[in-house]
Formats: sequence, C-alpha cells, structure tokens
Amino acid sequence: MEPVIKLIQIHKTYHTGEVDVHAVRGVSLELGKGEFVAIMGASGSGKSTLMNMIGCLDRPTSGAYLLDNTDVSELRRDQLADIRNQKIGFVFQGFNLLSRTSALENVELPMLYTHGLSVKQQRERAQESLAMVGLAERAGHHPNQLSGGQQQRVAIARALVNRPALLLADEPTGNLDSQTSIEIMGVFQKLNEQGITIVMVTHELDIAQYTKRNVIMRDGHVITDAPVANRLNAEDELGRLRVAQKAVQLAS
Amino acid sequence: MRIAVRALRRNKLRTLLTMLGMIIGVGAVIAMVGIGNGAKSQIEAQIANLGQNVILIFSGSFTRGGAHSGWGGSGTLTVEDSEAIQREIPGVTVVSPEVRSTAQVAAGNQNWSTQIMGESADYFTLRQWPFKDGAGFGEQDVRSANKVAVIGNTIAQQLFPGEDPIGQLVRIRNAPFIITGVLKAKGMSMMGSDQDDTVIVPYTSAMKRLFGMTTLRTINVQVATPSLLAPAQQQITELLRQRHRIGTGKEDDFTVRTQQEIADMATEQSKTMTYLLAAIACVSLIVGGIGIMNIMLVSVTERTREIGIRMAVGARGNDILLQFLTEAVTLSIIGGLIGIVTGMGVSKGIEAWKHWPVATPLLWILASFLVSAAIGIFFGFYPARKASRLDPIEALRYE
Repeated sequence: MEPVIKLIQIHKTYHTGEVDVHAVRGVSLELGKGEFVAIMGASGSGKSTLMNMIGCLDRPTSGAYLLDNTDVSELRRDQLADIRNQKIGFVFQGFNLLSRTSALENVELPMLYTHGLSVKQQRERAQESLAMVGLAERAGHHPNQLSGGQQQRVAIARALVNRPALLLADEPTGNLDSQTSIEIMGVFQKLNEQGITIVMVTHELDIAQYTKRNVIMRDGHVITDAPVANRLNAEDELGRLRVAQKAVQLAS
Repeated sequence: MRIAVRALRRNKLRTLLTMLGMIIGVGAVIAMVGIGNGAKSQIEAQIANLGQNVILIFSGSFTRGGAHSGWGGSGTLTVEDSEAIQREIPGVTVVSPEVRSTAQVAAGNQNWSTQIMGESADYFTLRQWPFKDGAGFGEQDVRSANKVAVIGNTIAQQLFPGEDPIGQLVRIRNAPFIITGVLKAKGMSMMGSDQDDTVIVPYTSAMKRLFGMTTLRTINVQVATPSLLAPAQQQITELLRQRHRIGTGKEDDFTVRTQQEIADMATEQSKTMTYLLAAIACVSLIVGGIGIMNIMLVSVTERTREIGIRMAVGARGNDILLQFLTEAVTLSIIGGLIGIVTGMGVSKGIEAWKHWPVATPLLWILASFLVSAAIGIFFGFYPARKASRLDPIEALRYE
C-alpha cells in the first residue's frame, strides 16, 4: 500500500527558557491511503505536537516527513501554506469557524487561497461539500445559529472542500456530547469508506474504537501501534442509543 | 476586497471613528486649499483693479516684513514732488497725488463715517473706475480746490436712499460739497475693506479745506507701456532722493512699488497662509493615519484566531498581509473621499456665508485622494505585516 504519510525518526525540541522540551523523540510512522488512525495519549505525550507537524503547521527539528512522497520537512512557510491548502483538511476541537460568516462562506474559506477557481466554482464546490456532511439546507446559517454537531460538520465540510488527501482532526469530539460525538464519528467513517485518509487525535478510548488503527504515545514515543480489534460502527451505536433512550422514556 | 469590506462593516462605529481622522484631515486640506486659491485669484483681480502700468509711491519707508501701517504714515511726499515727477520722468502719462482721512459725512438727516480720498481729476481713469451716474471733477476743480465730490456706491445708498444724489449737497466736516458723480460698485479690496464706502474730492480741496494737510499719502503714477515700469521706478526713486536730499547709503523716506511688486507681495502672503494651513492639515492627516494604525493593531490582536484559521486552511503570509492592508487602505480611501466631499461642502458654505470666493483645484482633489491611499498603505503596513508573521499554531491557540 502506497503510504500517504511517512515519518522517519521525527524529533521536535522546543527551546523555551532554560530547559529544552523534547516533545517528540524519534517517531517513525507510516500511514497508507484509506487508513483511519487515532493518535492517543495523555496530555504532554507529544500527540498534539506530532499532529501539528503532520498538518504542516510546524516543522520537525530533525527527521524526515514525506507527504504524498514529497519531503515537506524542509519547506518554507509559504510552501507549507500551499500544502495545507491543497493536501490537508483540518478539523479542530473548538470548530474554529469564522463567527459572523455564513456556513457556506466558511466552507469557501480555503478556496480563497486556491488559485484558478471562479466564484461560481467555489460556490458549487462549497455546496457539494456541505451536502456531503448533510447540511445542504443550512448553508445560509451563521455558526451561532447551529448546534455544536452542526458546527463541527461545517468544519468538516470546510476541511473537505479542496479534496485533500488527508483529513486531520484534533480532538474533534472534545466539545460535543456523546450522541453528537458518535454522529460525527459516523461522518468520519462514511468519508473513510469513500477513501479519505483520516488521522485523529483523541484521548477518549471509546471514540478511538471507531477508527481502524490506534497509535498510543507517551513521553514523545510511540508505545503502542495496533489495529482496532472490536471496531464500532457509528450507525449501530446510534441505533442502540436510541433504543436505550426509548426504554428510559417508557420506564419513567 | 470583499473580505475587507465585510470586516469593516462588522464594526461600523469603530470604522466611522477611525475614518473621522482622515475625514477631518482631508476635509481641512480641501477647504484650506479652496479658500487659499480663491483668495489668490481674488487678489489677482484686485491688483488688476489698481489700473494698468501703475506705480505707487508711498510716503515713508517700507521694508519687506515691516509694518504695513508705515505706508503713507510719515508724510514726506509733497505736491511739488508729484509735479516734479510729471515734469521730469519720461513716459509718465498720469500723476495723481492722493491724501486720505476719515470723516463724518452728512446729507439731509442721514450721516455716515467714511473714508475721504483726495485725488486728482485723472484718478478715475487711472483706476479704471467707471461712473454709474454723473461724472468726475475736472482739472479746474482741482486747481481752484472746488468743493465738489464723487461718491462711492455704498455712500449713495447710505445717504441718498432712493434718491438721485447728483447735484445734491454732502457735508464733509460740515463743509458742503456738490456731488458730481456716483461710482460703480467695485466690491471688497484685497485688505477686505469696502472700496465703495468712500467719498472722493479733489486733493487740493481735501488738503486745504478739509484737513489742513501739507503732505501726501501716496502718489499714483501711470506710465504708457509696461516696459517703462522698471526704468520709471528707478528714475522716480533717484528724483525723489535728490529732492528729499537723502545722502548715499541712507534709507529712502518713501517707497516706490510697481503694481507687479504689490501683486507679488500679496500672492506671497496668501501663499504663506496656504502653506501654513496645509501644514496644519498635514498634521491632522498624520494623526488620522496613526488612528488607522492603532485600530488596525487592535484589529489584528482581536482577530488573531481568525488569522490562525485562515493560515491553517492555506493562507500564505502575503494573503494575510494583503487582507489587512486592503482593510486599512479601504478605510483611508473612504475616509479621504468623505473628507473631499466634506471639504468642498465646507468651502461652499464659507463662500455662501462670508462671500469669499472659493476655488478647489482638481489637482488637489486628486492629490488628496492619492495621499489618503498612501496613508492607508503606510500606516496599515506595520499591523498587516505583524498579522502576516503570526505563527499559525500560536494564533489558533489564542483566546
């Protein structure tokens, strides 16, 4: 399988004050196309730093990072920006939507920085993308008129709009209740079935169960890297949850 | 551009207040330049009003930068001087001695305090001042110091409302003068006084019968052609120094000015004024620019997270720079445009209120527009660059 991400002996050291902080100490990792990986670990384990580097927001201190067979560890700021624009989609814990801008315009945002797309094409693509996450009817709504789950879906639509090779999610369910979390995982699973590679940082074990592979980090090292044994299916879980809710309603 | 306008509309009050600096600055420039220019063209018209090829000789010395009141103050010119000029300077066509004083004039039960000018019979030709009614006095009236008077339009209106003043009597310091003519209205002088508020009598009458003067305030000299102005000025100076027995190296006790020199002085004054006002306007423009910079800096800090998001989805540093720069320039250009409109409105208002002529040159309007844009770029650049250099991870984490 062709690797989308290939990390070779990645190190990241922060020089803050007198003590150097070794956030990531020699991580090597290979992710193939169509994988769905959860990176887990306690806070301070280096998972967020690793994620930032995978997302081309940050450069490793040493080591090589091949994204789609191109070494991106030595690229300049502007080149990294272009990579983020073309190859990577981000989903954040806090959604990070522009508040006084409609859902559609939020989804259009990455295309503002893509060259060669007409306004009409941008609009069409954004609509398409919103439809993929089931929010086509909410295009004109502003983020404050949407629920948390809907906001996160808008963020996913935004991440997908430039058809990236890689979808990165940093604690995507951290601000959501459990049912909405499962819904979002359902969206991810569907996208993954369509062939999109997804890397997700989470500290919730049950959420990690929806992925295909779990990478666990501690103190800047990968300590476990294993496929998920009892993978959960979001649709089944949602169905089970609804039955349970009904039972509670009947009982009361 | 779309993003910039949207961002500005998001915070209307702040946008307006920020623009206010630019509006006031540009408005001030436009209004000042308009007024200054109007004054300049008015002065030029006034100078032409003095007559053609005219040399003015004032008694008393006048050095550049000295007090204007010195003119005609110390009474060193005499009627004999004027006769000598007439006699000895080649090319002189008209010599008109002049005295001036203020006095109470009365007719019937009306009275009025006005300027009395003693002039020669040629004065009206020299000043190119036509009559509305009647005619001026003649050489004979001057020679025999007759009590005849020509009145300005304002006097005619004040003393003889609804009447024909020709042939009527006007009492100047209780001496009755017969009115021979009424002058056409001439309007304000360049010093801002009403030129029509005057009574003109033969200078002989004024000196002997009214004020008991022995010296002249001014001698107005007209020469045949413009090319004669400079030599005549030179010759008059020499003649008068000789007549007044002024030794070499001593200062003149009179001042000879050609019309052109007076025009130059007046324009220079109005120019200095315009420069001064323009400097003040520039200061307010800079203050306006600093206002824009201040707001843009606040805006950058406030929108750190937004910048982070934009960077995460692939905005380059230059994209962010351009976004904030566009915002600053939009701010300053709109402010500048409103300022131009306001400034022109203010000039029009002043024109209507004070009756000052106002002329705003197109060049200045264009220049103000470009300067506003330049201020936007200059003062917007630092905040925009600051925004473009943010670290995306830090920016995303910013609360």
